[in-house]
Amino acid sequence: MNSAALSPRRRFGIAPRLALLVLAVTGLVFGLIFLYSYHVARTMILTEVEASARHLAAGEAAEIGGKLMAVEKVAKNVAYSLEASVPGAEALGRLLSLVVERNPEIYGSCVAFAPYAFDPGRRHYAPYAFDQGRQLDVLGGEDYDYFIFDWYQLPQELGRPVWTEPYYDKDGGDIVMSTFAVPFYSAASFGRDFAGVVTADLPLEGLRQAVASIRVYDTGYAFLVSRTGTFITHPDPALVMNESLFSQAEVKNLPWLREIGRDMVRGGSAFVPFADPFSGRPSFLHYAPLPGSGWAIGVVFPEDELMAAIRSLRLRIGLMAGGGLALLILVVVLVARSITGPLRSLSGTALSMSSGDLDLALPALGQGDEVGDLARSLDHMRHALKDYIRDLTETTAAKQRIQSELMIARDIQLGILPKIFPAFPERAEFDIFALIEPAKAVGGDFYTFFFLDERSFCFVIGDVSDKGVPAALFMAVTITLFKAKADIGLDPGVIMALVNEDLAAENENAMFVTVFLGILDTETGVVRYASGGHNPPAVVRADGTVTYLKPTGNPVLGGFSGAAFVTRELTLSPGDKLFTYTDGVTEAMNQRGEIYSEARLAKALAELAGESPEEMSRNVVDRLNVYAEGEDQSDDITILALEFRGGKNHAA
Amino acid sequence: MSLARTWLLAVAIACLAAGPAGAQKLRKLTFLPQWQPQAQFAGFFLAEDKGFYRARGLAVSVLTGGPNARPSEFLESGRADLGTMFLATAVSRAAAGAELVNVAQLVHRSSLLLVAKKSSGITGLSDLGMRKVSMWGGEFQIQPKALFQSRGIRVRPVPQATTVSLFLSDGVAAASAMWYNEYHLILNAGFNPDELVVFFLKDTEVDFPEDGIYCRRDFLDRNPELVRDFVLASLEGWRYAFDHPEEAVDAVMGRAIKAAVVTNRAHQAWMLARMQDIMEPDGPGTLSPALGPEEYRRVTGVMAEMGLLDDVPGYASFHRNVAGE
Repeated sequence: MNSAALSPRRRFGIAPRLALLVLAVTGLVFGLIFLYSYHVARTMILTEVEASARHLAAGEAAEIGGKLMAVEKVAKNVAYSLEASVPGAEALGRLLSLVVERNPEIYGSCVAFAPYAFDPGRRHYAPYAFDQGRQLDVLGGEDYDYFIFDWYQLPQELGRPVWTEPYYDKDGGDIVMSTFAVPFYSAASFGRDFAGVVTADLPLEGLRQAVASIRVYDTGYAFLVSRTGTFITHPDPALVMNESLFSQAEVKNLPWLREIGRDMVRGGSAFVPFADPFSGRPSFLHYAPLPGSGWAIGVVFPEDELMAAIRSLRLRIGLMAGGGLALLILVVVLVARSITGPLRSLSGTALSMSSGDLDLALPALGQGDEVGDLARSLDHMRHALKDYIRDLTETTAAKQRIQSELMIARDIQLGILPKIFPAFPERAEFDIFALIEPAKAVGGDFYTFFFLDERSFCFVIGDVSDKGVPAALFMAVTITLFKAKADIGLDPGVIMALVNEDLAAENENAMFVTVFLGILDTETGVVRYASGGHNPPAVVRADGTVTYLKPTGNPVLGGFSGAAFVTRELTLSPGDKLFTYTDGVTEAMNQRGEIYSEARLAKALAELAGESPEEMSRNVVDRLNVYAEGEDQSDDITILALEFRGGKNHAA
Repeated sequence: MSLARTWLLAVAIACLAAGPAGAQKLRKLTFLPQWQPQAQFAGFFLAEDKGFYRARGLAVSVLTGGPNARPSEFLESGRADLGTMFLATAVSRAAAGAELVNVAQLVHRSSLLLVAKKSSGITGLSDLGMRKVSMWGGEFQIQPKALFQSRGIRVRPVPQATTVSLFLSDGVAAASAMWYNEYHLILNAGFNPDELVVFFLKDTEVDFPEDGIYCRRDFLDRNPELVRDFVLASLEGWRYAFDHPEEAVDAVMGRAIKAAVVTNRAHQAWMLARMQDIMEPDGPGTLSPALGPEEYRRVTGVMAEMGLLDDVPGYASFHRNVAGE
């Protein structure tokens, strides 16, 4: 494993992931808290601002109302006195002149009598003092039929004092004025008959200045509208007198402005958002009526100035939140680094260890935390690995030694077996071939053959029950015993019994061996044989028929002493073959776990009947390999095939 | 192009447009509208501003009207050559002996109306019975009075001056109003149309045609072409005004500000639109200077019935359609 295998997709480490997650969650929490507190603060500030706007507007309304009331009082007092008694023309003129002189806020004052009310001979009579009481005119006549003018008609028809719509007074120097007009009633009729009106003209310049002087934050302003919504005062002089809230609403197509106007001229009062059509700035408008006049005052608060406190609050909260977040991120990153730093160094160490460097010193890491635990665990692992590898090395070495010794044993074992074929080229009476295909482990198969005398050829094939070195030794012993005990004149069954006695005598490991032993009379082709639990050999006749020898039913060798073995006889005609083998042949398995079986072997032998022992043996092995389909060979495969070709005499 | 060449070109165009008379000196004329500058006279202002008068060889001096400048008096005394008047006013003056001739009838419908507040419970004309109704003086009260008389409704008349304050303050149950003027002032004092009840006199039997152009008979006899050219140029001005309302309102506002008239664009735009409604009652492009005999007889009939006319002037002598349109 190399480092490249570790790195392909790690590009989002723990530290940034942790930082991002903490940032997201904290940001969300901060954000919610911020929004909530901002909302609460905004509501509180707005409430406060509205209250102060109301207060401001109320104060201004009261101040302007005071100015109006002062004028109202003067006119009303004159009216009261006229209701008590009407003085003569001269006294009335003096009274009016004094009123104007003593009340500098009043431009002029007039008493306009109803037709014939002052003098039965005069339809019009209206003395008018003005210009600080310095001038006195008597108004009225065909060219000045004042009875239809608002200042006369309104109080007359309404029966109450009124402020007229502001107007430009050309005589008064083209200034905007409004007239306060009070009806009075004749003393003779006990106040029932309308006798005329008393007026007082108020130049609105004073009001304009008062309103203009209202400071509303930096750029806020106030304005007055009349009962028709017409601007009496406004910072934009072009609006004054000409335009109204309604005309502006119409020209600018602002239905909401018209609604505000309607509420204002009806004496309503409210604090409303106001997209100021004159300055174009988002604002708030507070409006309130001016008592007695039917007029209204509006105070415009630019939203940005009004909300300056909120903005600064927002800024401060935002800065605190931002600073807090930054600090948090810093801490998170540091903590994450303090974890991931050692982790990275540990991972580097682990990587080195994986490539075999177990002597690497582990970095000294935090002792009290999980990373320290991990480092210690890693160190444990390193030591354990080292020990294990050392053990393993030793074990492997031992194993290798044993293995090689085993191989030597195996070689020795196989070396015992005759391996040179043709074994007896000088003997034409028969041909013999034998082979062992050893399995991986040291097996226990063996074969051997030798002449007992000139015409008695003994051959043995066997299979020790176990595997490994004990089996090999047991096999060697068995071969040696057979070579020792087989002697001319002894029946195969007797030889088997003799060998069995020796094997069973000191067989503490309870090993045993299956053996087939035959003695061929090379002259007659008669084979006398005995079998100790061995697979029945096949007789392959020259005509290709194949038969298995009947089992003798005798036990294996080495099992217990005193066993008897029968000797049987069979006669081979020239060209007949005796095919002996171990169970490695018939019990060879394919991938499906099916054994090769005696039936398959018989069929194969029938097909191979015409071949020499060697060819036959090798072909059987080939077919087994084909049959095994690559399956590992689990047992030794041993074959010993013998062909009788005819006795010397016969052959001769 | 230099200024001098521009001027020369303008003169050349003016001469071409004026035809053979172009070479002569411009003929001078004075004209007096019946009220102070407002969209009611937009056509005349545009004829002046757009050079329609000059193109016909006229140098028209448009006087500023107002309460102190009555066209009937100005025409009779010779202080103005031409002027506008209500048909009823002119008939009244003619019946009294003034030698006035209607040379073009511009407004063919009455713009006069009576307005009441729905909140006062008034739904029909008869609801005005025994209630205060403010009416202007002079010819303005002929129609409502005739209407009340013919419907048998007795109201308590209150004189009305130039404002609608009394109505706004609930001093009267109903007020007179011109559709193009006071009605809009009421709307723009904060009353919505659905809060008002309006009785249009144009929808009744006393639908009086209003503004017409007048001059003295002897002036017309002496200067028939002059009068014809003035009327034609004025009609051209009106058509231009209806086609270019923004420009027309500009022309009006310029004069209003100069004359220190308290008004605003919203109001003048409304007025111009309503002028078109009553000058072209059959739809845009139907401007006609002809005074129909039945229009004339309707007015003189009502006035005679009310005993306002000692002598009904003959239609043929009263109206001469000099423009021939």
